[in-house]
Amino acid sequence: MNKINHSRRHFLKTGGALALGSTLPLSLVELAFAEPSQNFTFAYISDSHIQHINGNRFVRNWDRGLIRAVAETNLLTPKPDFVMFGGDLAQLGSQAELDHGAEIMSALSHKVHYVMGEHDYYLDLGAYWEKLFGPQYYSFDHKGVHFIVLNSIRTYDDWTYNRWPTNEQRMLEMAGLDNPNGSPFMVGDEQRNWLKTDLAKVAKTTPIVVFSHSPLQKIYKGWNFWTEDAEQIQALLKPFSKVSVIYGHVHQIQYNQIGNISFNSVMATAWPWPYPASYAQAEHYLPKLTVPMNRADPFFERDATGWQFINVASGNVDLNFSLYNNADRVVRFDKSKKHPEDKDFQDEKARINPQRHY
Amino acid sequence: MTRFNYITTTFAVFGLAITVNAAQADEFTGADEQRWQQQFMDSVKQGRELWTSPTLGSNGVACAQCHPNAANTHPETYPKFQKQIGRVIPVWEMINWCLRNPLEGLPLAADDPKMVAIQAYITYERRGVKLEPGKH
Repeated sequence: MNKINHSRRHFLKTGGALALGSTLPLSLVELAFAEPSQNFTFAYISDSHIQHINGNRFVRNWDRGLIRAVAETNLLTPKPDFVMFGGDLAQLGSQAELDHGAEIMSALSHKVHYVMGEHDYYLDLGAYWEKLFGPQYYSFDHKGVHFIVLNSIRTYDDWTYNRWPTNEQRMLEMAGLDNPNGSPFMVGDEQRNWLKTDLAKVAKTTPIVVFSHSPLQKIYKGWNFWTEDAEQIQALLKPFSKVSVIYGHVHQIQYNQIGNISFNSVMATAWPWPYPASYAQAEHYLPKLTVPMNRADPFFERDATGWQFINVASGNVDLNFSLYNNADRVVRFDKSKKHPEDKDFQDEKARINPQRHY
Repeated sequence: MTRFNYITTTFAVFGLAITVNAAQADEFTGADEQRWQQQFMDSVKQGRELWTSPTLGSNGVACAQCHPNAANTHPETYPKFQKQIGRVIPVWEMINWCLRNPLEGLPLAADDPKMVAIQAYITYERRGVKLEPGKH
């Protein structure tokens, strides 16, 4: 414990040596393992939506978000054990976008694991993405934790294979978040069967962390803050004592606890999304536990975007949100209450006006 | 006397109008209302198309990318003080700010039918929400 706290000074020292130092949230990092040899951390970057205009032109705003996350992640000392990318590297799944995103990501001095997002997938069903980053779903073990990566943004075969005259149109239809021609996300039979087999080899006491692009819970179907077979996946994860699901897609802070499963979303580097509550015509199920992020100020290009630094503390995850134009947020697992909580704003009285969405 | 003449003239003109149009100003039918609603909904539809269009600006970014279903546009709170602009503005000025900045495009005139359609669309998505001018 003491050793670990000393290392916090190294974080600050390295950060301070660079101009970005003052904006880094690294003083927030607290490693709280009973067994220090098992301490580890990883960084999480998600939803960069690299968007090709034409020729060698890409949307500058989205590029800057990812470039900044990569630069700041490289400043972390001690180095996180690995980096996760949470999906939607590209906006319309083209080779130009995936290549450009991969090139920006190549500046990271870490091992990176990738999650598939719908914007990466629906042009060629992940074929080029697989060439760059590997299989669409897989698992790996790290320091006693079993990590699972799912492609949770598949949908009904009829929609994928029979509905659209071209792959380009299929991509465009799924890319519109509020497009009524879209289709609900799902993990599907093939991967659920694989998951069952994968989990059969894992002891019930092993902490499990699942990475998906869509929430493996149902929040708002209209914007695919939703996974159609969420309950079936939750059922497969139920026998394990410590399970965390970390997802992208929503471009906002969400967290929840369902039984033994903690849910945490991550921020986008590209742009923020409204909470479903701010769409007056819709019913939604935003978890009551969630203290929303601040409403975005559009005059600050990077407001309400950012990346995450995650401590795996005794098998549970604590998320440190590095928010470029906002006070940083920390959502950590509360061991006595057995659910995630915001470090500063959880109490109703502690909340601030920008967290009220309407 | 002058006033009397004026009134007489007005009645005469009004009478003429009645004979030409054969309708009272305060009378309208279900068919009228249907037509007016259709005109409005056509504008809403055009606004939705512009909202999701990658060609409204210059860089392929569409309004709907950040504002699905026009959420977080809050037309019911305008006119309001926008601190970054430094004065009270109507919603169309904020729309133009977005056209210039995230969309890297050109602003529209206040009475451009496209600007009217965008406002029709975002306001339609907020139907039923009470007016709260000035709210932040």
